[in-house]
Amino acid sequence: MPKLPDKHGHFGFYGGRYVAETLMPALLELEEVYCQCRRDSTFKRELRALQREYIGRPTPLTFAARLTERLGGAKVYLKREDLCHTGAHKINNTIGQALLAKRMGKERLIAETGAGQHGVATATVAALLGFSCEVFMGCEDTVRQAPNVFRMRLLGATLREVASGSQTLKDAMNEALRDWITHVAHTFYVIGTVAGPHPYPMLVRDFQSVIGRETKKQIVQHEGRLPDYLIACVGGGSNAMGLFAPFLPETAIHMVAVEAGGLGAGQNAASMANGYAGVLHGSKTYVLQDETGQISATHSLAPGLDYPGVGPELSYWNDQQRIRCVTVQDAQAVEGMRLLAETEGIIPALESAHAVAYAATLVPQLPATAIVVINVSGRGDKDLQSVASFLGENAL
Amino acid sequence: MTRIADTFTQLQARGEVGLIPFITAGDPDMETTFALVHEMARQGADIIELGVPFSDPMADGPTLQRAAERALQHGTSLSHVFELVRRLRQSLTIPILLFGYYNPIWRYGGERFAADARQAGVDGVLCVDLPPEEAEELKRETDRHDLDMIFLLAPTSSLDRAQKVLARARGFIYYVAVTGVTGVRAALPADLSDMVRRIRAISPVPVGVGFGISSAEHAVQVAGVADAAIVGSAISQVIEQSLGRPDMVPRVGALIAELKTALRSIETPNDIGTTIAPPLQS
Repeated sequence: MPKLPDKHGHFGFYGGRYVAETLMPALLELEEVYCQCRRDSTFKRELRALQREYIGRPTPLTFAARLTERLGGAKVYLKREDLCHTGAHKINNTIGQALLAKRMGKERLIAETGAGQHGVATATVAALLGFSCEVFMGCEDTVRQAPNVFRMRLLGATLREVASGSQTLKDAMNEALRDWITHVAHTFYVIGTVAGPHPYPMLVRDFQSVIGRETKKQIVQHEGRLPDYLIACVGGGSNAMGLFAPFLPETAIHMVAVEAGGLGAGQNAASMANGYAGVLHGSKTYVLQDETGQISATHSLAPGLDYPGVGPELSYWNDQQRIRCVTVQDAQAVEGMRLLAETEGIIPALESAHAVAYAATLVPQLPATAIVVINVSGRGDKDLQSVASFLGENAL
Repeated sequence: MTRIADTFTQLQARGEVGLIPFITAGDPDMETTFALVHEMARQGADIIELGVPFSDPMADGPTLQRAAERALQHGTSLSHVFELVRRLRQSLTIPILLFGYYNPIWRYGGERFAADARQAGVDGVLCVDLPPEEAEELKRETDRHDLDMIFLLAPTSSLDRAQKVLARARGFIYYVAVTGVTGVRAALPADLSDMVRRIRAISPVPVGVGFGISSAEHAVQVAGVADAAIVGSAISQVIEQSLGRPDMVPRVGALIAELKTALRSIETPNDIGTTIAPPLQS
């Protein structure tokens, strides 16, 4: 298997560093610092200690007995990233990046957020390690994820509401990049997913790979062997890459990336299924765009998936057919949320519910001997209001 | 020699600092852009920078974001921009530089882009989000069609990096005056002159300075050290304030005339034409 990315930050055809010159020196410096840190035993020790004592790792790999029984096919396991401190996998990455920021002597963290989970995770590590913090969030998302807005403020972060464009994650990222261009000397941009310019897709993947490494160990303890299927939702793709990366060399394992099908044609956020290669937010990757190269408006009930791009490494593995990409629509995702809540007593985030919903269609077709792992990337408390209004009169 | 290089040679011969105004093509519509370009040329613009609007302009401040939004509202695309340039070329002789983001060009296709740009009468292209590291593929095509690909340097670029970028430079080098996005500012950085002098001393091509140049006063400040001043947001502000008014074109013209007059009052850097260094090897 090739070592990815190459030294220029390319994953085959994808990736790279498509940014304004002002940011190039900062990216080159970050790459250098990260390459030192990943070999540095003090850094690794510090990261492992925080993973254990602060995030609460390792997170369990839970056998979903009643879900398995209900679906009547393969055995289903749940990787419980919803049990991480702050309620989602995002903190695996923000802890790592905050430690890099400390090494680089930066004073201020900025972040973009869609569902608010990455914003909360960044605000949290800023409080923990003593950074000032500003989080950029689209106005539409501040409304539909109000509980997370309050959490960020309580954690001492400043919220910057973004009213430009579609007022969602993509626009929050534009605004965060503009802020970074302006304050690059003392500011560290904590990107929340495996997207953006090199070295972000690489370092976010590496920080999130703890999910897959733990899963590999835990499934062997449970079952004495590796799983047959890994299923994860994909917006930018950080929880998916985190789960998949350590399993990539195991070519017999199927990996399924579940994209947001939204309301169907023309109103979705499924970049790999419906997009074309393009350049957005610093890397070449699959992008939802029109025939003249303008970025399309997206829709997903799950704000964390409501993004017109995807991490460049996922685009690469998708082309290699190493991962398979499928879509799940809003209504199915809400059903997935209900299913996991009713059978296992776990309310997943709407994002993670996409993975559950796809598993519900796949698992019944598999033999009882097969093993499926679903990444429950986050908990659903933040989504209760939007699910209630989506269900309307069908509400519980 | 390309039209851009030619323009700088003539400017230097006249002891003049160039004025490069920027407007977004299609803001508020193509007919107005056509009229604005002619007016700017008439009032002393030396090179025209035409913005190709993009939905996600991450290096632009609010003024140019809104300009792009206005242009995109009626679907301004690269094909329309080429059509505009073809029409302009029937009577316009000064160089035209396209300024934009990479995705619309990538989607259009690099080879087709370079061929169509040349055929329409474009002289150069500047992609804000295409640093030299990623530019090779497109530069092969623009070189083949004798278009100048303009690279940027910023206050954050080290001398080492500046040398690498300058080794690939054609036409001129675009020095970003401020650490930040495009937009009107009250003041320029205090060390701007030093930075530009340092770049210019090692540059094989002329140096234009842009981002934040908002007034005649700023233009004058830049003119003492650079080969050209690039003004964008200040013009787009006038366009925005004149939306729906019959005097938009003359108002923009008046600003260009004011800027050009200010630039003409300045003695050009005394080393122009004498100490321009030979191309650096990377």
